[in-house]
Amino acid sequence: METHSQILDRLRSSFRSGITVPEAFRQAQLKQLMSLMTENEDQILDALKKDLAKPKFESVIAEVDMVINELHFTIANLNSWMQPEYVSKNLATKLDDCFVRREPLGVVLIIGPWNYPLQLLLSPLIAAIGAGNCAILKPSEVSAATDALVAELIPKYMSQDCYAVVRGAAEETKALLKNRFDHIFYTGSQAVAHHILHAAADHLTPVTLELGGKCPCLIYGKVNITYAARRLAWSKFFNTGQSCVAPDFLVCSKATRDALLPALRQTLEDFYSKEPESSADLPRIVSPRHWTRLMELLKRSKGKVVMGGESNEESKYIAPTVLVDVAEDDALMEEEIFGPFLPILTAETLEEAIALINRQEKPLALYVFSEESSVVNTVLEKSSSGGFCSNDGIIHMALPTLPFGGVGASGFGSYHGRWGFETLSHQRAVMLRGWTLERLNGLRYPPYTEDKLSWLRWTTSAKPSCSLM
Amino acid sequence: MERQAVQRAREAFLSGRARAVEFRLQQLHGLKRMITENETEISTALKQDINRSQYDTPLLELIGIENEIKLAIGKLAEWAAPRSVERNLLTISDEVYVQPEPLGVVLIIGAWNYPWALTLLPLVGAIAAGNAAVVKPSELSECSSLLLRALLPRYLDKDLYPVITGGVSETQELLRHRFDHVFYTGSGSVGKIVMEAAARHLTPVTLELGGKSPCYIDKNCDIRVACRRITWGKFVNCGQTCIAPDFILCEPCIQGRVVECLRLTLLEFYGADPKCSPDYGRIINTHHFNRVMGLMEGYTPVIGGQSDASQRYIAPTVLKDVPPHSRLMQEEIFGPLLPIVAVSDMEDAIRFINEREKPLALYIFCSDKKAAKKMIEETSSGGVVVNDVMMHYTLSSLPFGGVGQSGMGRYHGKHTFDQLSHQRACLIRSLGMENVNLSRYPPQDRRRARRVRMALRAPLIDMSKRTFIWAVTATVIGFGLFVALMVILLIAAGLNCTCWYWRGFYNYW
Repeated sequence: METHSQILDRLRSSFRSGITVPEAFRQAQLKQLMSLMTENEDQILDALKKDLAKPKFESVIAEVDMVINELHFTIANLNSWMQPEYVSKNLATKLDDCFVRREPLGVVLIIGPWNYPLQLLLSPLIAAIGAGNCAILKPSEVSAATDALVAELIPKYMSQDCYAVVRGAAEETKALLKNRFDHIFYTGSQAVAHHILHAAADHLTPVTLELGGKCPCLIYGKVNITYAARRLAWSKFFNTGQSCVAPDFLVCSKATRDALLPALRQTLEDFYSKEPESSADLPRIVSPRHWTRLMELLKRSKGKVVMGGESNEESKYIAPTVLVDVAEDDALMEEEIFGPFLPILTAETLEEAIALINRQEKPLALYVFSEESSVVNTVLEKSSSGGFCSNDGIIHMALPTLPFGGVGASGFGSYHGRWGFETLSHQRAVMLRGWTLERLNGLRYPPYTEDKLSWLRWTTSAKPSCSLM
Repeated sequence: MERQAVQRAREAFLSGRARAVEFRLQQLHGLKRMITENETEISTALKQDINRSQYDTPLLELIGIENEIKLAIGKLAEWAAPRSVERNLLTISDEVYVQPEPLGVVLIIGAWNYPWALTLLPLVGAIAAGNAAVVKPSELSECSSLLLRALLPRYLDKDLYPVITGGVSETQELLRHRFDHVFYTGSGSVGKIVMEAAARHLTPVTLELGGKSPCYIDKNCDIRVACRRITWGKFVNCGQTCIAPDFILCEPCIQGRVVECLRLTLLEFYGADPKCSPDYGRIINTHHFNRVMGLMEGYTPVIGGQSDASQRYIAPTVLKDVPPHSRLMQEEIFGPLLPIVAVSDMEDAIRFINEREKPLALYIFCSDKKAAKKMIEETSSGGVVVNDVMMHYTLSSLPFGGVGQSGMGRYHGKHTFDQLSHQRACLIRSLGMENVNLSRYPPQDRRRARRVRMALRAPLIDMSKRTFIWAVTATVIGFGLFVALMVILLIAAGLNCTCWYWRGFYNYW
């Protein structure tokens, strides 16, 4: 059994040997990861079912397919991302070769969460491989079946010299963090993020934090309430609300709420039938501890349950639940819910709603349902969030060309597609000069004169485009 | 005092006035005026702080700042505009783009060696990105920091961009507050403290640190020109530059020639007695003077070595055959001492560099392009310049920043704007086309699942070579068929015409 430092030393010396640098190696490893995904789909679906009772549909589109899409996208575009980027020059550097090289950082630590245990661990890995790094994966122990599966499959398919899986709980992770990495990529909660950032500061290690927050959802102006209800319910109760980008709470006027409730009721019945507990399409809460946390929250809430509320401790089941008359200081508004409770807060005007959400921390995602573009634009201009989606939920994170990341308390840094490649690369500025024009260089050498200075001002200024053109 | 300033800056930011592009442009114009109208005062302050010559100031600081401001003014509209991205099948009729947004209140901690450039360049980006900024110049360059505190409020919005002066305790007090980004330039040890403090609030940081920037001189190169460029870079600002070539690596056979060329160049630049040259600087304070003098202890320089504590003057000094384990080679020199360390060849130099922390800059003097390329590929550093030193700093299209212990993040030009913005992913959908969405709702079955999988697939357009060749071939064939069809039609029409023509002709006859 290797110790953490032994694993790290082994990976570091592999990295130093330069093996991960050539494109061929990176492509080969990405293709291996692709094989891992396609050849083990059944086992993956099984593990996800054990961990979260994930229905096959959710596992396929939110875990397996997302990883495969990311792989396709990276494999197809890696070559162009790796090319040196030539930059515009000023007069003094006109004859030089000036470009930016994307270079790997070294050994990256990727810490995954339990809610999408495969996708949120492997998507950063794809970025790390594409950028030419070695990586240590630390899957979440809470999603135990996936943790075990990852530990079994990664060494089977990927180069064992460059990629390793480390398992364990809080203690082991703390010990792992004492080591020095070249980048730490963490997805999870704010509480743990503090520890990670403190540990990273000791070594001056750059960090990417993908955290959560309370993602607000606003409904204002003219809107097709049936469609809005469907999309809202789908994004909220996907994975039983255990998504970092799930709409956490809803803000709308009383009238909208009254129109929305029957639409929501109908939608939930359409989706999960009158007995959601028997529906094959509703996942379960990940662990007894999280189930208890959620039930406690519900108990402390002063809101009124108008839909759902049923639960079953043994199967970790909680029904899709909607609550009204929830105030801003309610228990459900204290922390990220991360479960199937949808509190509805009321604010009569859009301005009040925006003021309400701005009193909260910046969320990972912000949603607006409205057919009026003025409403959408107002919210966009007067708020901030990691990402934004109007008239739908969650779907913006499935696009690899959009950066996925938070701002403020919801994190910093971003990934997916090229964004991940850039996050896990170093952009090295390169300037190749020649020996000629030394006389021009003479302008900058002492002894200094007024003349030299004026010439220099002229040659180093960025020229605006010629006004004649 | 610090708390009030930070509070006011935050309230000013929340009022939303820093967001409008016109406002940002107005502030940038104000900043430009501040520099151009006060060049003399700034030069005087720098002379008092660090004995900077009146030419070095515009050369090393002011021209750079003015250029950055002009670039930001010219490009701001472009930088702040939404950036469209490629869509997949599901989002084909939606608006999908990335919108750069301000972060909020940025803390900028400047350094003392280039007190104006290293404080104002980040400020240009902060303003351009629509943020408020609390500016904390270094107390070691005291005259400059007091002058900045007097000038900035006269030209820029007082509440959005306060200047806080003070020492270690004031900085620590500032760091207790919550900022949306902290931009620090300085030493690695303080960098850790800054990152620790920022960690308490989960605040992202940009750290522009230092390190020992190696300078390798290959035996196949124009040693004379190389030494001129190195001498300039090393001894400007009396060696107190984060990207100054810290030490030289070369083979023993050229060491003598290198020393000779350095000696000749020093004579040309600063005369026989650099102490009398108006163009040669001084060490910032007694503490650093003693520190640098201490590094030299036990070694006899081949050039220079003289000093005058009363003036904090240290002559341009070169030392050869310096052992790798000496004190001189343990920490960043940040002074006018240039050690030469012997290596057996380029491979040895690469090994030497890789055994140490990643530096902020790497300099390679070599006439063989392939060899220089190899050295670049086998090492890592913030930036690299071949056959010169420091010039990558002057090109704002190049990202300027460190890696590993030399820092994290990058800036200059658009890079500062991006560093101090949040890239917000935006997907604008409509509530129409709900039928397409039906496939993704529960209860689920295979057919619906397949439709959804198709819609989410990326990339939309297959970029592989095979498909591209197929696409080109298909287009060519298609075009060819079209042309053939046109020809046939024309001939048919022509025949018809000809028939009519001849019929008419015959009729006439």
